[in-house]
Amino acid sequence: MRSIRRWGPGLLLVSPSIVLVAIFVYGLIGWNVKVSLSDWRTAVPSSNWAGLAAFRDLNADLAWNENVHHLLGFTVTFIVGALLVGLTLAFLLEKGVRGEGFFRSVYLFPMAISFIAAGVVWRWLMNPAPGDRSTGLNVVFEKLHVGFLANQWYLGLDWGMSAMAMPAIWALSGYVMALYLAGFRGVPEELREAARMDGASEWRVYRHVVFPHLRPVTLSALIILGHISIKVFDLIVAIGGKQLVTQTPAVYMWILIYDSRDYAKGAAIATLLLAGTALLIIPYLVYTVRSERRV
Amino acid sequence: MLTLTGGRRVRVSRATAAKAVLLAMFALLVVPAAGNARPSTIGGSNATSCQLQVFSWWTGGGEAAGLTKLIGIWNKNNPSCKFKNETVAGGAGTNAKAVLAQRLAAKKPPDSFQGHAGAELRDYIKANQVEPINFIYAKYGFAKIMPKGLINQITYNGKLYSVPVNIHRANILWYNPAVLKKAGISAAPKTWTQFIAALKKAKAAGVIPLSLGEQWTQQHLLETTMISTIGPARWAALWTGKGDWSNKGVTLGLNRFKTLLTYTNSDAGSLTWQDAGKLVADGKAAFNVMGDWQDGYFSGTKAGGNLALKPKTGYGWTAVPGSNGVYVWLSDSFTLPRSAPHRAAAIKWLGFLGSKRAQDTFNPVKGSIPARQDANPKLYGPYLKWALAQWRTDRLAGSLTHGVVAPTAWATDIGTALGLFLQNKDVAKFQTALTQAHAKYT
Repeated sequence: MRSIRRWGPGLLLVSPSIVLVAIFVYGLIGWNVKVSLSDWRTAVPSSNWAGLAAFRDLNADLAWNENVHHLLGFTVTFIVGALLVGLTLAFLLEKGVRGEGFFRSVYLFPMAISFIAAGVVWRWLMNPAPGDRSTGLNVVFEKLHVGFLANQWYLGLDWGMSAMAMPAIWALSGYVMALYLAGFRGVPEELREAARMDGASEWRVYRHVVFPHLRPVTLSALIILGHISIKVFDLIVAIGGKQLVTQTPAVYMWILIYDSRDYAKGAAIATLLLAGTALLIIPYLVYTVRSERRV
Repeated sequence: MLTLTGGRRVRVSRATAAKAVLLAMFALLVVPAAGNARPSTIGGSNATSCQLQVFSWWTGGGEAAGLTKLIGIWNKNNPSCKFKNETVAGGAGTNAKAVLAQRLAAKKPPDSFQGHAGAELRDYIKANQVEPINFIYAKYGFAKIMPKGLINQITYNGKLYSVPVNIHRANILWYNPAVLKKAGISAAPKTWTQFIAALKKAKAAGVIPLSLGEQWTQQHLLETTMISTIGPARWAALWTGKGDWSNKGVTLGLNRFKTLLTYTNSDAGSLTWQDAGKLVADGKAAFNVMGDWQDGYFSGTKAGGNLALKPKTGYGWTAVPGSNGVYVWLSDSFTLPRSAPHRAAAIKWLGFLGSKRAQDTFNPVKGSIPARQDANPKLYGPYLKWALAQWRTDRLAGSLTHGVVAPTAWATDIGTALGLFLQNKDVAKFQTALTQAHAKYT
């Protein structure tokens, strides 16, 4: 009886949240998985068991193949780009400069802008019109006499998705910078002093003392950027619309459900996206909880 | 009192804890309900705030201008039930249809929504989301005044589900007369051979031979090329169970489409249909294949966001080479959703849309001809007068991109196959994919 008085009020306080999360998150995830295993392939609802038929259809779908390639290209460029740019910005700021607060805010602001708004502006910047019709970055390159850099941006067949990652890098590198700044500042100054006294050059101090401390930060950033990248939808729609040349799994899912009314196949994509994100997040959570327990 | 990790625990009195829990539960349960309280427009009360919610994708060019005029007339005649314009931008309804599907699934339909007459409505019919409106046709006498061929093609299992407002033609070749003169093209091409010759001359003159926009406009080019190659009878057969997508006629059509793509601008994926048309209007391109809503954009007022060009001098038109005498038609129509919030007003709206006044007000501005056969030709510009005459004599072929011959799922699969073709330019694979799509849906 005594123990219920200790945890009773707490449980009561969070019980509405638990109920809501149970219904609207886990309940609906379960319903989505159920739809992906059903035969609901048209506008007329149907809930018979169909096993992995929708998943097999997806596997054989050439457009799905394209989407996965696009997502890979986008993810690699986005993650590498955001990490490098974020690290560089943090590196520039970490020793403390005048107006550091101002620069930090400026670099962090893009994260507050919705991907739709950023997408619309970057769509103009990345306008692929060639020659005398060029606008956006292409015309800037020409005016600066580096016209050979003008290209098709997001319409390019090989590097289109890498160009698509540019607005995402612009938006998220400030956040990565904030993570790395905290990481840099977490390195005790005594360690650096000790290394310098032992005769290490500044670069070696960074390489052997500071950067190893940043590994957990890189891991966190990787996980967060990875799961943002898997779900990318609004940026793609703002820039490339529904066209296959820029399509990613989330966009294809939208098309399948609302245009083709192939609900099982769309739900299959949703399930796969969830599985992909879980693959990233769950091991990371386990690792974090375990390392906190050790402390 | 110290905890295991070294922090301090604060003693909370029972009364405070109980108050905190009650406050939290109140916040979670009551506040959202208060936020949802609204005057009862949902559920069909016509007496108090009646609003006719009409959903369409008419956001640009002549379409928006025509809709504005209709709204003006409606609001004047129905001051107690004003028009609420719910539009979603995106040519050919590429985005609007997705938003509409969401609303219908959430059982929050508008009072009426735009849909292409024909197979596109089948999804809504099968999902029981629209009412049959044979009674509206009977009440207002539409069946007597609209062409029989049109009514036949939009009847499904004996029932009618929408009122067509207009007829558009998809297979029009728009061109810039000044550019043609500069390039040494003596007359607008009428056959495939003449077309290729003209495109070559345009290329030599340094302009874009054929301007093209984003993927749906490329599907539009594909269908008009195919119809010009195989003719309306074989086109209609493709959409039936007996249709043969693997025959040589289709191969030829696909190869011709591939050839045409080599004469288009490289940045097509970033242009809307208006942007592609503007390239012709500005003299940067020679030709553009688009439906006749392009006429509304070319000749409409600058205030309405159009180009205010003079027909025949600022721009010219002809049927897509090889399709002279074939009217590739599509029709914007409006439906009566089930459980429309203001059903009486919605029925009145549909009756209004099929009236001579509405159609003769809307269509001259929109750039289309009425579905009714009693149009007053004096109200229509030069292009539309030409179209009205052709509509009487041409053979009909339904459009694919604009929902006449195939339901949306089939058209989407064709669009996906087209997207893959645009990347690898493999005609054989494209044709296989099209054959598979046909097998899937028939």
